[in-house]
Amino acid sequence: MSHPSKHLLAIEGLEPPHIADLLDLAESYALLNRSGKTQRDLLKGRTLINLFFEDSTRTRTSFELAGKRLGADVINMSVSTSSVNKGETLLDTASTLNAMQCDLLVIRHAQSGAPALLSQKVDAAVINAGDGTHEHPTQALLDALTIRRHKGRLEGLIVAICGDIAHSRVARSNIHLLGTMGARVRIVGPPTLIPADAARLGVEVFTDMRAGLKDADVVMMLRLQRERMAAGGLVPSAREFFRFYGLDAEKLALAKPDSIVMHPGPMNRGVEIDSAIADHPTRSVIGEQVEMGVACRMAVLDILARRLPRNR
Amino acid sequence: MRDLLITNARLLDPASGLDGPGALLVRGGVVAELGPGLVAPEGAETLDAGGACLAPGLVDLRANLGEPGAEHRETIASAALAAAAGGITTLCVLPDTDPALDDPALLSFVIRRGEATGSVALLPYGAATAGCAGKELAELGLLREAGAIAFTDGARAIGSARMMRIALSYARAFGAFVVQHPEEPSLAGGGAATEGELATRLGLPGIPPAAEAMMVARDVALARLTGGHVHFAHLSTGAALDLVRAAKAEGLRVTCDTAPPYFDLNETAIGDYRTYAKLSPPLRTEADRQAVVAALADGTIDAIASDHQPRDADDKRLPFAQAEAGGAGLATLLGVTLARVHGGDLSMLAALALLTCRPAALLGLPVGRLAVGAPADLVLFHAERGWKVEAGKLPGKAQNSPFDGRALEGRVLGTWKAGRRVFGA
Repeated sequence: MSHPSKHLLAIEGLEPPHIADLLDLAESYALLNRSGKTQRDLLKGRTLINLFFEDSTRTRTSFELAGKRLGADVINMSVSTSSVNKGETLLDTASTLNAMQCDLLVIRHAQSGAPALLSQKVDAAVINAGDGTHEHPTQALLDALTIRRHKGRLEGLIVAICGDIAHSRVARSNIHLLGTMGARVRIVGPPTLIPADAARLGVEVFTDMRAGLKDADVVMMLRLQRERMAAGGLVPSAREFFRFYGLDAEKLALAKPDSIVMHPGPMNRGVEIDSAIADHPTRSVIGEQVEMGVACRMAVLDILARRLPRNR
Repeated sequence: MRDLLITNARLLDPASGLDGPGALLVRGGVVAELGPGLVAPEGAETLDAGGACLAPGLVDLRANLGEPGAEHRETIASAALAAAAGGITTLCVLPDTDPALDDPALLSFVIRRGEATGSVALLPYGAATAGCAGKELAELGLLREAGAIAFTDGARAIGSARMMRIALSYARAFGAFVVQHPEEPSLAGGGAATEGELATRLGLPGIPPAAEAMMVARDVALARLTGGHVHFAHLSTGAALDLVRAAKAEGLRVTCDTAPPYFDLNETAIGDYRTYAKLSPPLRTEADRQAVVAALADGTIDAIASDHQPRDADDKRLPFAQAEAGGAGLATLLGVTLARVHGGDLSMLAALALLTCRPAALLGLPVGRLAVGAPADLVLFHAERGWKVEAGKLPGKAQNSPFDGRALEGRVLGTWKAGRRVFGA
């Protein structure tokens, strides 16, 4: 089943075969990457621009590597947030990009919907690398691939996504992807960090982390932004958060004995996750998530490139 | 000016309950005669309405214009064009301009600019607080003398309970009401859409619907405390309307209006980050839309205002949370209201009352009715003739209609201000 759109703006709206195709292709790229035979001519002559309005080393590097492994010309454009106090720059940038004849545009932006807006104005295929508190589709793909490699499936698994759900684009994309693929998704966090009407997204909501982790196959921790704990914030302190919603050995013991622990990074050790868990040799798959990130982004670039016009 | 006899019309006067075929004679800017069987006086111009509806010119209780301060969005002259095309002959304008209308001289300036249009009576609200900043009481008495119809801080809620108490209490001395933008700022601040499933899916910061109801509850209590008259602008939730219904039953001086988006659209209009549907208050759930329709039908709502908020492309072509809230509303006020008549929710006379005699009565104005001796402010419209709202082709400068693409039945054919034709061939 071919990808339904020219762009990848969100997981919401994708159907199981679309997601399965992407994951299968990513799996093959993961194997290829491990074999060392990664350079291909698939994107030769294509231009990929990484347009990052928010700092991100991990995601930007991952897309850069993915593009280069497929033979694309990769350009990084970091737009400092200070010069983007108003979004006009976004559409100004769009016309610049059109003039540069960019084929694939990876965008990260602090505003929900910014990639969608840009996709209406640019000729390139747009890949959302994280927009505000909306979605982060490639993160959900790499998380799903990592889970599938460990559990052999997604359907029927109990996945507990824990922490600051309200402000997390990672959580939203994962909720949509895992739910679409038949997993049982739980979200766990203090009520002030659970978004309104979250249950309507097809998840079970837990404010008691112990109950939320019970019998989970996958425990997915989210990063808690420091500003959520600032004065007037949504949680009183880091130590209180860690006490009730941080992942430590005691709470993890309630999940299935073979459960895996994930985190999209960067981690706040001692706030949402105990270092001993983050670095656990068998339970933590955090390093593998990064590896799968490159493979998934290769798969996304590959699939979207198939819909690009052959010659510009 | 020659006498004008409009014949073969469906005369609609909600104030008297008149709905019947007939003619109307305009002489010297006022209605001289109306009813069936009128004969044109010698030398009179006659116009065959072809059976179309002839109603009082619309009284728009609230519009924001760009002038002074944001003339790139709309000027008084461009708004007057849009108003005439929409059948509006009395336009009440908000004071939260730049500078704010908190000084009698500024108010006089706006009134003069309105008179210069010759097509619409422009009636300004005075600022309730200096600079519409919510900190110090404006000179309500002097503003009232200069022509302020009532007081408000426009799109800014008067957040301090103490400030609102003072305004309500003091305005009583000058026989004026205070209009509140009912949204608790500490709860709604930073929000871009109604809090709930859709905002959660879109990743947009939410405004809980309770932010409206709690401000209404607070100000109802202040109306009870002060004996003042509070008017709530653009109510959009069932919970707030229930509070107004109860306050009216109690006999408090509490009135309210709503605007077409809140009974014609629901929050799904913002799907895919459509910034033209970003409004303040935000579009609500379907249940709240239905509650607004019910409150129109049962009389809880006193008026339908256009809530015109001109925005230009640069204000709207932004990521949703950064885009400015507000929709153009002058040209679509009648058509969208008539959709509720066609939909069977309101009678024609009840709908027109909300656009004419009821807001006029609220303001104590002699307009909004077809009566002998009343100003000949008239709108002639075809209730069933269809048209499509197209941003870019609307009259006036502001093109930011939340109804872009909407097919409407109900087309204005002509507008008269004090007997002078200001719209239509």
